[in-house]
Amino acid sequence: MEKHHVLLIEDEPNIAEAIRFILKRAGWEVSIRSDGAQALSAVEDLRPDVLILDLMLPGLSGIEILSRLRARSDFADLPVLMLTARGQSRDREAAQRAGATAFLSKPFANSELCEMLGRIVAPETTPDA
Amino acid sequence: MARSALTGTRIRERRTALGLKQADLARAVGVSAAYINLIEHNRRRVGDELLDKLARVLGAEPVALAEGAEGALFEGLREAAAGGDAPVSQAELERIEEFVGRFPGWAAVLAARQKRVTELERVLEDYSERMAQDPFLLTSLHEVISAVTGLRSTAAILVETEDIELEWRARFLATIQEESLRLSDTAEALVGYLDAEEQAETGLATPLEQVEAWLEARNWHLTELEAADPPAHERLIDGVPELASGAARKLALAHIAQVAADARALPLPEMTRALAALGPDPAALAARFGVSLGTVFRRLAALPEGVPGLPPLGLVICDASGTLTFRRPAPGFALPRFGAACPLWPLFEALSRPMQPIRALVDMAGRLPQRYLSYAYCQPRAPGGFDGPVLMEAMMLILPPPDTPEIATGPARLIGSSCRICPRAACAGRREPSIMGEA
Repeated sequence: MEKHHVLLIEDEPNIAEAIRFILKRAGWEVSIRSDGAQALSAVEDLRPDVLILDLMLPGLSGIEILSRLRARSDFADLPVLMLTARGQSRDREAAQRAGATAFLSKPFANSELCEMLGRIVAPETTPDA
Repeated sequence: MARSALTGTRIRERRTALGLKQADLARAVGVSAAYINLIEHNRRRVGDELLDKLARVLGAEPVALAEGAEGALFEGLREAAAGGDAPVSQAELERIEEFVGRFPGWAAVLAARQKRVTELERVLEDYSERMAQDPFLLTSLHEVISAVTGLRSTAAILVETEDIELEWRARFLATIQEESLRLSDTAEALVGYLDAEEQAETGLATPLEQVEAWLEARNWHLTELEAADPPAHERLIDGVPELASGAARKLALAHIAQVAADARALPLPEMTRALAALGPDPAALAARFGVSLGTVFRRLAALPEGVPGLPPLGLVICDASGTLTFRRPAPGFALPRFGAACPLWPLFEALSRPMQPIRALVDMAGRLPQRYLSYAYCQPRAPGGFDGPVLMEAMMLILPPPDTPEIATGPARLIGSSCRICPRAACAGRREPSIMGEA
């Protein structure tokens, strides 16, 4: 069965590596970009099934990336999981307005990440664990 | 009981409102009409016993005559009424003087509590603002969350993945070591930063309020700057408890530099002689010394108490946004502690008429409106020279009105302190409803 593809935009290398490990074990194909400025071209090139987007990124903020994606018809329905800091309700509100599909607060449990991805991606595209 | 400089003015206004003659009042309280006349012109201090008698005859509370309904106590109580969850009825607000008169201790406690609540609200706002905007705190918070997220996910992988390859295991152990060190360093830096902040800031006042508290403690006069060879400016603020923050000390130094320059332009002996000859007329003084009106305004507000011809006065200065950047209150002239001032102050009219002197009699709203003579003037500053922005600065000098019948009874501009506590309901300049009844 073909693996489904998640693109992770995260500038913290240790977090990115941990997420890659967790998701690969869960059956996802994982691509990583560390800079906000690379995010849009990566989405265009890789056409992922789901995007995990950190809110605070160098180059271009997560909100800005999301707004630009949602402005395009071909990415209007792309599931986007935003990684936010716990307690930053204003950031969440801004991300919601920009069109985030779901949120996950840092720090998170690894199982939470897998469950959340499963929920926001259509069941038929969710990879087998 | 504390007396403001305008106790006599309030007695006169109360008497005339009741249609009593000075002789009637004098007879009723057992003093001469001439003595009442001196009191009403604020030339004699009223003792407690006489004040009680005058208050009885005039049907007022002694504290209302002594402090005026515009005093800090009344303002504190009105703020308490405005700030509470349950609204205080208009009927009760109108009995504020009676409340203060009957329960002065409770009134003082309530006003003091209100002041404290307001101060603490400001501290909260300040910290909230700081949390939201302080780049160091934001960066530190981001570092902590990132390190903890990395630690938690990595540790969970090590614990939950039984068949993890040795290479990955070693890599994640190194990650734990690296993130632990990062967390420890960030925490240490954060604690150091917060410690330094706590030592530097009282948190209870803005930098401007700290400077005002210091100047008030100095009676708005810096004697050291009158000397021919004044000390280094920094020495004037060394160890001053009111100037707790770095921002306040910076403002204070800027103020000292301005006061020193004004003192050089208008030396105290010459200024004293000119005041005795010309009185506190800013235009006449500016013409005598060949200086700007602004220099005279500031100099008058920085002179020592007791200079002949110098009445008790106030000075407010604002920038082009209308923000008050200097506030020396005149006795009885309530300056808003928070929020914007009355838009009808001549100060703001001056902003729209730069370089044009404005003299206006004003009646400050209150149960017993108080009259003042105001001089306002706006002049540009160009700190960046020809290439920088031109900044407008308006000033308003607030003086007791001249003691003439025409001035005492003539027309005057109706102003207030701030909309929230101003009773002039029909005012064209009103921004928001008042908690007070109509004047």
